[in-house]
Amino acid sequence: MNTTTLPSSPIASIAPPVPSLLTLRGKVVVAAVLAILVVIIPVLNVMVPATSAFHMSDYAVSLLGKIMCYAICALAMDLIWGYTGILSLGHGLFFALGGYAMGMYLMRQIGRDGVYHSDLPDFMVFLDWKTAPWTWAGSESFIFQMILVVAVPGLLAFIFGYFAFRSRIKGVYFSIITQALTFAAMLLFFRNETGFGGNNGFTDFKRILGIPTATSSMRVTLCVLTGLVLLGFYLMSKAIIASKYGRVLQAIRDAEGRVLFTGYNTLWYKLSIWTLSAMMCGVAGALYVPQVGIINPGEMSPAASIEIAIWTAVGGRATLIGPIIGAFFVTGAKSWFTVAFPEYWLYFLGALFIAVTLFLPQGIVGLVRKLAAKGGVK
Amino acid sequence: MTPDLLEEGSKRREAYLAKQAASQTAGTSGGQSASYGRVVSAADEVDVVHGGILYVDDITVSFDGFRALNKLTLNIAVGELRCIIGPNGAGKTTMMDVITGKTKPDSGRAFFGSNIDLLRLRESEIASRGVGRKFQKPTVFEQLSVFENLELALKMDRRVRASLMHKLTSADFDRIAEMLKLIHLRDSGSRTAGDLSHGQKQWLEIGMLLMQDPKLLLLDEPVAGMTDEETERTAELFLSLEGSHSLVVVEHDMKFIGELVNGGQREKKKIVTVLHEGSVLAEGALADVQANERVVEVYLGR
Repeated sequence: MNTTTLPSSPIASIAPPVPSLLTLRGKVVVAAVLAILVVIIPVLNVMVPATSAFHMSDYAVSLLGKIMCYAICALAMDLIWGYTGILSLGHGLFFALGGYAMGMYLMRQIGRDGVYHSDLPDFMVFLDWKTAPWTWAGSESFIFQMILVVAVPGLLAFIFGYFAFRSRIKGVYFSIITQALTFAAMLLFFRNETGFGGNNGFTDFKRILGIPTATSSMRVTLCVLTGLVLLGFYLMSKAIIASKYGRVLQAIRDAEGRVLFTGYNTLWYKLSIWTLSAMMCGVAGALYVPQVGIINPGEMSPAASIEIAIWTAVGGRATLIGPIIGAFFVTGAKSWFTVAFPEYWLYFLGALFIAVTLFLPQGIVGLVRKLAAKGGVK
Repeated sequence: MTPDLLEEGSKRREAYLAKQAASQTAGTSGGQSASYGRVVSAADEVDVVHGGILYVDDITVSFDGFRALNKLTLNIAVGELRCIIGPNGAGKTTMMDVITGKTKPDSGRAFFGSNIDLLRLRESEIASRGVGRKFQKPTVFEQLSVFENLELALKMDRRVRASLMHKLTSADFDRIAEMLKLIHLRDSGSRTAGDLSHGQKQWLEIGMLLMQDPKLLLLDEPVAGMTDEETERTAELFLSLEGSHSLVVVEHDMKFIGELVNGGQREKKKIVTVLHEGSVLAEGALADVQANERVVEVYLGR
């Protein structure tokens, strides 16, 4: 190759514009979201009287908090599915494990206020256990349990992912194995002997860090906290995708063989994003449990994991805002449907998934972009 | 001085000379051109001091009893442009799979240079040692831009942490710009790779290979689906790489083979290898190979 001199501004002509992490517009949007989360929601819920039209009910606050937990899962799913091309049908397991880690702490916080007035959680007394099993060793400590919230899903994902990716398990096979994994875990957690409350799971929580949970201010606090975590994860994902690492992930999705023969060991790329994705779901689960007040093995059911994939697909894969919109849209529709036409919800969900797959491969975001582009041409 | 002492002295001198002579014959290669003790700069640097870049020795690969490669032996010299032809199922792609670490053979040996055992390395390790491979079907990262495709192929630290922190330097930009020019995609840097024509994708993939700065290029049907003009330009490109790189081109297009063999540095006689049923059927100058009765038989199925 001869090194000819380049035209005066070669970079501008050859390189696509390098997207800075946040444009001015992006910064304004982030500031607006922050203001809504930190100021408007608390004010509307706590300060505005319940008779006012602007009052935000406790139900709305906890619904919003719940949906934002789902949105975190959808975002995590997007990183591994939308960007890396690995469809997991077992992300509900990581969500549930994070939830259980939080639930254990909340169970210990009940203290002697349970039905049996014992130091042990009620279900252990009911099973006639004299001491808590070893898995509960650190459950009195908030910090220890918070570490478990990310460490347990992360470690499980790392070990599972290492063997799966090293054996080059891909595509549908990988999806089926993750589905089997969450199903197996569900069966395990259904058993009383496992030591996590069997099919009833954990419920009847009283307080966090000594503060009662069943109050308006606690609900708002948790909702705002969830929103902040979601925003933080969103910005983190944006930074990841904007880096060269993010482009390697997309390259793996498009042509893994080419990535390998270009000299990248894809195992570590896939494993790192897979583990991170699982940890994000764990955090979502931990935020979810105190807001809904219950965690049971139902969260590990295959259907729960499939729903996460549906949120992501409906919103739009490989866009970061898409999965968040998808989670809001689908769970919002679910809240309305299950009240208005409870028996038709699953049919609607199925039809929605088929419609999105057939007509909107890029999801809602893709549709909006297409319409915007058409409008621009006119 | 006594005669005894004189005699002893002469004996000693004789012994000394004999010893010196002996050490001389034992180490004829120990002169100034001595080759041992040569420092290979790094353990993963390819050692081509013996003039060979690729040694494939007695490789056998079977799939469910079918022998895709049958005791295949092939040596490629540094800077050589080797064309490999053969009918479908002759084992051309399997051979590339073995060299690039995708398939592990049942028996045999494969070395890159004289020091790198290809059979002990993974695909990504082989690629970073300097073996580039172009697939039969053009394989690029469809949803990334042309620029990003080349950026990912740029030679640099391939580890996760390095990729997270990576920033392109102006030297990198220059290299990518240079490559865009070389592969005739100068104005297409920001286009999505998936939107390129078939021939352009082939070129982009070749560009990605070159970005890795490989020492050995394995090209599986590089001109499939190209127009005549594109084919001609590809031949020119390969001929310009000859000498500084070693190339192995697997191709069906005899016209293209002819261009490669007859172009470039004419003083060097280029070897064409014919594969058949997993082993070398004939090897030699193109004209000799084409005149070879067995080759004609295999190709025309007489």
